[in-house]
Amino acid sequence: MKKIIILLMAAVISMPMVATAASGGAPLLTAPIDINDKESLRRGAKAFADYCYSCHAASFMRFNRIAKDLEMSEDEVREMMIHTRGKKGDPTKIGELMKVSMTEDYAKNAFGTAVPDLSLTARARGADWVYTYLRSFYVDPYRPTGFNNAVFADVGMPHVLWSLQGLQEPVYKKVMHGNVEVEELDGFEQIQAGTLSRVEYDMFLGDLTNFMVYIAEPVQVERRSLGWKVLLFLIVFFGFAYALKKEYWKDVH
Amino acid sequence: MSNLLGWIDQRFPLTKLWNEHLAEYYAPKNFNFWYFFGSLALLVLVIQIVSGIFLTMHYKPDGATAFASVEYIMRDVPYGWLIRYIHSTGATAFFVVVYLHMLRGLMYGSYKQPRELIWLFGMFIYLALMAEAFMGYLLPWGQMSYWGAQVIISLFGAIPVIGDDLTLWIRGDFVIGDATLNRFFALHVIALPFVLVFLVIAHIIALHEVGSNNPDGIEIKKNKDANGIPLDGIPFHPYYSVKDIAGVVVFLFFFSVILFYFPDGGGYMLEHANFIASDPLKTPEHIAPVWYFTPFYAILRAVPDKLMGVGAMFAAIALLFFMPWIDRCKVKSVRYRSRIYKANLTMFVISFVVLGWLAMQPATPMLTLMSQLFSFFYFAFFVVLFITSKNENTKPVPDRVTS
Repeated sequence: MKKIIILLMAAVISMPMVATAASGGAPLLTAPIDINDKESLRRGAKAFADYCYSCHAASFMRFNRIAKDLEMSEDEVREMMIHTRGKKGDPTKIGELMKVSMTEDYAKNAFGTAVPDLSLTARARGADWVYTYLRSFYVDPYRPTGFNNAVFADVGMPHVLWSLQGLQEPVYKKVMHGNVEVEELDGFEQIQAGTLSRVEYDMFLGDLTNFMVYIAEPVQVERRSLGWKVLLFLIVFFGFAYALKKEYWKDVH
Repeated sequence: MSNLLGWIDQRFPLTKLWNEHLAEYYAPKNFNFWYFFGSLALLVLVIQIVSGIFLTMHYKPDGATAFASVEYIMRDVPYGWLIRYIHSTGATAFFVVVYLHMLRGLMYGSYKQPRELIWLFGMFIYLALMAEAFMGYLLPWGQMSYWGAQVIISLFGAIPVIGDDLTLWIRGDFVIGDATLNRFFALHVIALPFVLVFLVIAHIIALHEVGSNNPDGIEIKKNKDANGIPLDGIPFHPYYSVKDIAGVVVFLFFFSVILFYFPDGGGYMLEHANFIASDPLKTPEHIAPVWYFTPFYAILRAVPDKLMGVGAMFAAIALLFFMPWIDRCKVKSVRYRSRIYKANLTMFVISFVVLGWLAMQPATPMLTLMSQLFSFFYFAFFVVLFITSKNENTKPVPDRVTS
């Protein structure tokens, strides 16, 4: 019987794990995120408010949840994120969802596609994807926006961060696939500097990705902190349960 | 207090039930690790029903709002995230304990005479559980919910003559839509739980009628003392109730590790694509069923012809129902059976696990070949068992249980 168990375990362990499939090509970088870093999350929230939110919604997220989780005052969040008004002309309330006023039809006319909601993008695509995607816009005169993306080929989104990152061109290398010679992306060459240095830009994206990971599951910090308390309780409880079992089973032979 | 009990007992067999099923239900004293999973399956059923009730209080079975209502539960309902993760982790836990419970049955011959009906009720529970899980997975209304259901329902389309009408009848629409979501919700929260609970009660009544098997595969009722109590039996309560409490705590520990630290199970329990709202116009790149269905999905993919594939997949499950008659060996426990049986069972378990893994990979020619090979081993288990079990070279079985 033990043999069966051992074989079974060996079979499970020897299975290679499937990595999250990434569409569109370029290998993904590791996003430098730390969900417990409130400072980084607040910078990320600012970046999100300045560059993403208004075209992209985060329509499962509420403004005041950000205030609470990121330890900001509601006025700070209002100042940073809310620039819209309701139908009657009164300012959007702090307890509302982060919706946008751009309609789907308008987006389809402007970008050729609906603008995706970003509430869950970091969970659907992964933090590394978001980070690498935002780093991988390059100059492509054949695209309507003037940019293409190495992670998401022929993406409809314009490179809204170009003034920060500057402009980069792709560098290709020739690789043999069997007998066929193909060109593969071998990185980028900076052709015009942005307002941020490379390191600063990567840090900027790190904060932004961090924030997107946070809005994808706002409860995650609380989840982990409740987790170890539950586990600790169970360990203590096991001590009692096992002692009880032993006590009762003394007379079974 | 005893007056009250007497008053109840004259009107309802409370003490009688308590004694028959717990305090005077004599279970073999040699239960090992494998005997935790039956009571754990019952625990998970209760967890799923209770967490499910709370989820229905905020979930909206409506094509336009279902996806958002799940995120509302995750974000705005106090501890909604906890209830939701308990339910989604519970689905995986249910299959883990049920698979281990079934493997226990195979190892110790628990399906054999006189326990054939226990096995059959159990198999129907497994079937109902698969239907329950499948319909539940549609409810979050994400991309994988939608396209997974699309693939599975389309399998019924392979049935000749009635196939197309049948899929239309199941969906209630020409594509998966609001009608499908609503009926799956109805079946998931009312019809199937009802069936499951009924079958579980039947499973336990049948078990308590004939008594539990044990790792030695010996009938403890053959050796009784002067009072008619089995010599190798101990009352379920308090002995196994306290033992199971310890088992429950260990189970809850592992359950909580997944729940609090890996709630999406690395994309195997909550698939990445399911965080994108369902879109009938965009097919995800790679559609794979949730892990607990994958062995059967691999068998389906291994057969080039769709109808034959569907047939093979259903046969893979149907054959298990006939285990009490396929296995003709009189000896129950694997401990006293031949090397051939041990090798055969080992190969069966390996095939099941490998098939499960294969179905999660994209189909390449090499992997398809492997699927075919292991599907062959899966079915070969039943054939080899039927042939070799009639005159199996077994070891002598002891009269009393070994500790």
